[in-house]
Amino acid sequence: MTATTPAIEGWFTTGEAPALIGSRCTTCSTVFFPRTEGFCRNPACHGEEFSDTELSRRGRVWSYTDAQYQPPAPYIPAGDPYVPFALAAVELPEGIVVLGQVADGFTVNDIKVGDEMELVVETLFVDETGERTIWRWRPVR
Amino acid sequence: MSGLQNRDVAVAGVGMHPWGKWGKNFVSYGVVAARAALADAGIAWTDIDLIVGGETVRNGYGGYVAGATFAQALGWNGARVATSYAACATGAQALDTARARILAGMSEVALVVGADTTPKGFLAPNAGERWDDPDWLRFRLLGMTNPAYFALYARRRMDLYGATQADFAQVKVKNAKHGLANPNARYRKEVAAEDVLNSAIVADPLHLFDICATSDGAAAVILCSPAYAEKHGLGGGVRIKAISTVTPTFPNTVIDMPLMSTESSAGGVPEQTFKESIGAAAYEEAGIGPEDVDVAEVYDLSTALELDWIEDLALCKPGEAEQLLRNGDTTIGGRIPVNPSGGLACFGEAVPAQALAQVCELTWQLRGQAEGRQVDGARVGITANQGLFGHGSSVILAR
Repeated sequence: MTATTPAIEGWFTTGEAPALIGSRCTTCSTVFFPRTEGFCRNPACHGEEFSDTELSRRGRVWSYTDAQYQPPAPYIPAGDPYVPFALAAVELPEGIVVLGQVADGFTVNDIKVGDEMELVVETLFVDETGERTIWRWRPVR
Repeated sequence: MSGLQNRDVAVAGVGMHPWGKWGKNFVSYGVVAARAALADAGIAWTDIDLIVGGETVRNGYGGYVAGATFAQALGWNGARVATSYAACATGAQALDTARARILAGMSEVALVVGADTTPKGFLAPNAGERWDDPDWLRFRLLGMTNPAYFALYARRRMDLYGATQADFAQVKVKNAKHGLANPNARYRKEVAAEDVLNSAIVADPLHLFDICATSDGAAAVILCSPAYAEKHGLGGGVRIKAISTVTPTFPNTVIDMPLMSTESSAGGVPEQTFKESIGAAAYEEAGIGPEDVDVAEVYDLSTALELDWIEDLALCKPGEAEQLLRNGDTTIGGRIPVNPSGGLACFGEAVPAQALAQVCELTWQLRGQAEGRQVDGARVGITANQGLFGHGSSVILAR
């Protein structure tokens, strides 16, 4: 029995309109991603409480690259032989730049700094529990 | 900052173990570098009253380093000991520790050592599942290697400033030429632009030859008070004017290795980026400006990063570094030579030793002893580097 589950728990939602899950400081409203707990990292804030907040699903490319060689462990390749993938750093309206792989089927040739990207959830690798998913950035056409 | 009139410390001696892939224990490299620095200073190990070791915390192979490791290898002499970890800035932080004790009058003459033995290939985290470690998560979730971060910065230069892969290749060509006569450099071979452009793409737009290797190596610096230097006739007049080890200011809005995100800029951003603030703090401490600098040793983890550093150190305006390069300004003989040692392009990176190696090179440059790569008449030099986890450094030396 296998199932499709996120490769990491609690970092993003799945479904029709998936989104990254950040933390909003209930004292100063600063938003953090990945989720945080404990102490607010705004040096002017003493907040210790956070509420989950879904980040914007669209943002603009800050920069991008790809991985022409298979990254070392703990990276788990999706298949054999290795297929290079693109990576993008996307700036969200919240003022946070979030790295992600670029969606299957797109390469660095499909992206420019400033382009609009949308968050999608795709399979990162398959293990004994089934497909493990991750957030990715897909160019908006 | 303080009421002290003069916060200079003297560089009494410098020494290195050549960079390479020697496969030996890091301690043996450190001892070679330490003995070279002691010989350069003309000081006996038994006269050293403080030893500071640069540490690396990469796990799983011979990289654990502490000051006492070197003290034991050199033979216990009763010196005080300290150990620093600041990723790529480790050496500078170790130097700063030695400087602080000397300026406080608590030590007279200090030996600072950094040494490393590195693994082959991409630097990767230790085995085992560590779901709370960003350095582990970036590999597991994204396959994000160190060169991929360098590539993000490089691509931005291309899309924002019109930099080309040929520009990046030219940085390698220049640094390869600079390092030809450097006896401590690992790679001493001319490289043509076509060699760079024909090498495999690792992380677009960077080719294999744009990215520095990881190396074994060691560097050591002996610091003392100016009074001690004068009394014993040491060091050729080179002084440390500043050591900047500033941390970032919130929010840090430039994506930093090994993180997967930045802090939010929504509440406003600092006047300077982290890398800009590293150099600015050094200039402020030294009481000089970028226009006073004759030579720079900057952290060319990738060719494109050298161009970033030139701007971060305010040696030119943002977006102008390619023009400096194309003009030959950053070549030895030009207006502001950058990486006369050959830089990481010729050395590869030996993390806890590298910031000290930069100081060694500038010391030789300011003394006029950089044979085959001398920047004529150099009086003021600056270093810069950045490491993981909010570490960075800039050291200013002058004579």
